[in-house]
Formats: sequence, C-alpha cells, structure tokens
Amino acid sequence: MIDVLYFAWVRERIGLPKEKVETSAETVAGLVEELKAREARYEAAFADVSALRVALDQELSDFDAPLAGVREVAFFPPMTGG
Amino acid sequence: MTVRVQTDPFDLGAELAGFAAGRTDIGAQVSFTGLVRDDGGLRHMEIEHYPGMTEKAIAGIEDQAIARWDLKASLVIHRHGVLAPGEQIMMVATAAGHRVAAFEAAEFLMDYLKSRAPFWKREVTADGAEWVAAKDEDETALNRW
Repeated sequence: MIDVLYFAWVRERIGLPKEKVETSAETVAGLVEELKAREARYEAAFADVSALRVALDQELSDFDAPLAGVREVAFFPPMTGG
Repeated sequence: MTVRVQTDPFDLGAELAGFAAGRTDIGAQVSFTGLVRDDGGLRHMEIEHYPGMTEKAIAGIEDQAIARWDLKASLVIHRHGVLAPGEQIMMVATAAGHRVAAFEAAEFLMDYLKSRAPFWKREVTADGAEWVAAKDEDETALNRW
C-alpha cells in the first residue's frame, strides 16, 4: 500500500486529497495508468501528464521513476510559489 | 538559516532586525517581500501547500544558496491559507559579507521558490476561482543559475 496525495486542481478533479492505493505498478507511469482505468475523474485529472508534476517521498521526480520502496506519491500541477 | 511556513502574517521589520542579529561579519543584507497584487476584481488569494515537502524543498534551496554565496544568514517565510489583496505572501532575506552575494542569493532563492517549492495559488474573484498557472518564464528563470 502506498499513500497517494493530490494537490490543487488535481485534488479538485479527483475529489479527495489523499488515499491509500494497492498497486502492482513498477513505475509512476504505471500507477497513473491504473488510476486512469478506475473512473472518469482520474481519467480527467491525468489526461495530460505533461501538465503534472510528481513527487516521490516528498522529492520531485518524474513519471518514468520506479516505485519500488516508495511510500508516498504526490501528484500536482506546476508549482506557483513566491 | 531559517524556514517558516505559516498562516499568520509576519513582522517584516522584526524579522529583518533579528535574522542575523549578533553577527559582526556581515556587510550586506537584502530582502524581498511578495504581496498579494490585485490586477482588478480580486477578492482574495488562497495558497495551498504540501506540508512536509514544502519545508524540505525550501531548506534544500536555502542550502544551495548558502553554499554558493557563502551566506552568513538567511530567512525564508512563506504563508499559506487565505490572503487578502495587499497582504504579505512571503519574504526572503539574505546576509553576506558583500552586497553582490546577498542580492544574487536573494534572486536565486526567489527564482527557485517560485517553481520548486510546492505551493499553489488560487485567485478568487466575483466570477469564481481560478488556479494560477505557472509561467514559462518562471521555469526558464532557473537556467541563469
């Protein structure tokens, strides 16, 4: 089980900030495909992954990254701090 | 170095007076303060962040600045929650032996905070709410470093 977190409009489209996910995906991209296959709201949130960023255990990463050993995955749009 | 992520306002004068207090090896202090700007019709701004990652990401950016410009002290405060037009959003302050290092390090911190610290701004107007889109120039601004 991994914790999957969503922020900003990704959170709004999916309709929740955080959930536990049982996955056999080997990479972030694989996890995204599993989520998209669940329901339309996931499909909508992940329609264009080039518009998204991903963090693994609170470090920025990318969609090709392996999930082995990862406890927390977060998906969000490009950041707008400052 | 100090990182604070908070909902409360901060006292800019007290922060600037205190962040490098007691040191005698500092010749220059630079600060930047970001404010909620109303270009017309803004009711308020909402800032969401990723607790845990935010503090780590800012500390990582600050570490880089300290090493690269040999900063003697640095401070980053970033607010989240609901902010009204004119309110402070965030500040950075740098202290170094000389002004060029202090200025450059402050700009570096700002450029990285914009697109590498996990904050998301949403603007609420009479017409509704809209997430602020990241700008291409925010990303290209990182290339100069």
